[in-house]
Amino acid sequence: MTTKSQAVLNWIDERFPLTSSIKGHLTEYYAPKNFNFWYFFGSLALMVLVIQIVTGIFLVMHYKPDASLNAAGVPVAFASVEYIMRDVPGGWIIRYLHSTGASAFFIVVYLHMFRGLLYGSYRKPRELIWVFGTLIFLALMAEAFMGYLLPWGQMSYWGAQVIVNLFSAIPVIGPDLSLVIRGDFVVSDATLNRFFSFHVIAVPLVLIGLVAAHIVALHEVGSNNPDGIEIKKKKDSTGKPLDGIPFHPYYTVKDIVGVVVFLFVFSAVVFFAPEGGGYFLEFNNFIPADPLKTPPHIAPVWYFTPFYSILRAVTYPLFGLDAKFWGVVAMGASVVIIAFLPWLDRSPVKSIRYKGPIFKVVLTIFVICFFILGYLGVLPPTPGRTLVSQICSVLYFAFFLLMPWYSQLDKCKPEPERVNFK
Amino acid sequence: MSVDQEVDSGRRTLLLATSAAGGVAAVATAVPFVASLTPSERAKAAGAPVEADIGKLAPGEMMTVEWRGKPVWILRRTPEMLASLDQTEDKVSDPASNKPMQPEYAKNKYRSIKPEYLVAVGICTHLGCSPSEKFKVGAESGMGADWPGGFLCPCHGSQFDLAGRVYKSMPAPDNLEIPPYKYLADTTILVGDDGKA
Repeated sequence: MTTKSQAVLNWIDERFPLTSSIKGHLTEYYAPKNFNFWYFFGSLALMVLVIQIVTGIFLVMHYKPDASLNAAGVPVAFASVEYIMRDVPGGWIIRYLHSTGASAFFIVVYLHMFRGLLYGSYRKPRELIWVFGTLIFLALMAEAFMGYLLPWGQMSYWGAQVIVNLFSAIPVIGPDLSLVIRGDFVVSDATLNRFFSFHVIAVPLVLIGLVAAHIVALHEVGSNNPDGIEIKKKKDSTGKPLDGIPFHPYYTVKDIVGVVVFLFVFSAVVFFAPEGGGYFLEFNNFIPADPLKTPPHIAPVWYFTPFYSILRAVTYPLFGLDAKFWGVVAMGASVVIIAFLPWLDRSPVKSIRYKGPIFKVVLTIFVICFFILGYLGVLPPTPGRTLVSQICSVLYFAFFLLMPWYSQLDKCKPEPERVNFK
Repeated sequence: MSVDQEVDSGRRTLLLATSAAGGVAAVATAVPFVASLTPSERAKAAGAPVEADIGKLAPGEMMTVEWRGKPVWILRRTPEMLASLDQTEDKVSDPASNKPMQPEYAKNKYRSIKPEYLVAVGICTHLGCSPSEKFKVGAESGMGADWPGGFLCPCHGSQFDLAGRVYKSMPAPDNLEIPPYKYLADTTILVGDDGKA
């Protein structure tokens, strides 16, 4: 570095922790050297967040949150999305990047969460990383749900109708609460405008704050790894972990490979299947919202369906309260319970590599149930399907609630002293 | 400041009082923001009664009018449809309409003023979808051979009979709402105003 640029850097460093931040978070942040495939999805999630923010900024320049009908009798909001698709130069690709990005976000985040399950990344001392992560997931669900109303199609409208009505199931405060959420007695222009405000300002701010907290907490305690052992326990004479390598350049380069592969797949979807077979953009949402007619079959977007199935699975009233209320409770609990994982897992080891057969079987059942619930959530209910979703819902909760017992019973293998690395 | 320094209790009291006053101000400031989330005066004013001309409605046919942004169905029931209400009597959860989901004058077996015409808010009491017509009897409706005709909510599968009464153990907790309405003439219904409120 020339003396002149060094002088500039010194001038900054005396006023802002630039060099020390770069060191602390990149060049001297020591990550375990045995990261594998599953460790791509954190950085990918960050990248998809950037895609969503950038495309979102440009979409807002043309989109109009207005439920009133235009001269042609089409809601203005719906028409403005069609305008973006047809008349705005480049509008179609920006919109497809944003709509595909929403589904990609959930794919990446689900895989990122599954990685945590596999390797016990939520265990002490990473409990807060996991709790922040669960909050990010909740904020992401809110963000996706409110964004889905904006095109003001049939699925937008009736999806919002159903979800907002969930809140009215809460005893005493429920009806007033749903009124405050909608800002009207029905889903209307008032609802559309406030969802727009939340979708583009409030929730993104919360999301970015939570992501920052997630990463700060991670860099405080250091990353977990596929062996689930602490690399900080074995340090060399300079105090660097023996099994750690600097995040930059090693993992920045590795993550770029992940980004390239991801973008291949992502671009293929954006260009050749932006509707994702009706799962990323539902066909009924190409029909303008009609408050008088529910489409014959409505289902949430795929990433909500496992939780939606749990909601539908509750068909019994309890303690004098409607089944509807308990369905809402079960759905809410199915997300919130994820945050408690650090305190439910009592296994002596973190990683699945050293956990015993019980955990492997239980995790497999859990994943299968999650997929079945997701699949049933897009289908119309029948008595048989309801029964299956009830069984899967019970197993879903059993995975969490019985964990304090089965995780202690399991026959675990001893953890190694150092990470496995070939 | 050393750690073992005595706490000045006078200053501590002032600190608490100031914080409390500030807290009250902060909460008070939230009032207009929360208030702005509730329905506006314009939203509250919308909801004028709507007139429906039922003169052209053939027996077995249903029309939909919009009232307060919601679909209101007017179904002209055939004698067979009315007879089906006897069959569903013991299959529905609230056959006598004891829950206040209708005005007093519609608290009867037909849940209507005139048995022939059902006027109901076409919004499922579960989560607010609009149920679909399943008027055909038996397997033809896709609802099973003993289906006497009624409504099926596409969202969560709640079933209603032709008086909007919900079947037992369905997600929907209540019968469909019957709005206030009155007959202005033999073939005109005013939905949203029964002259009583």
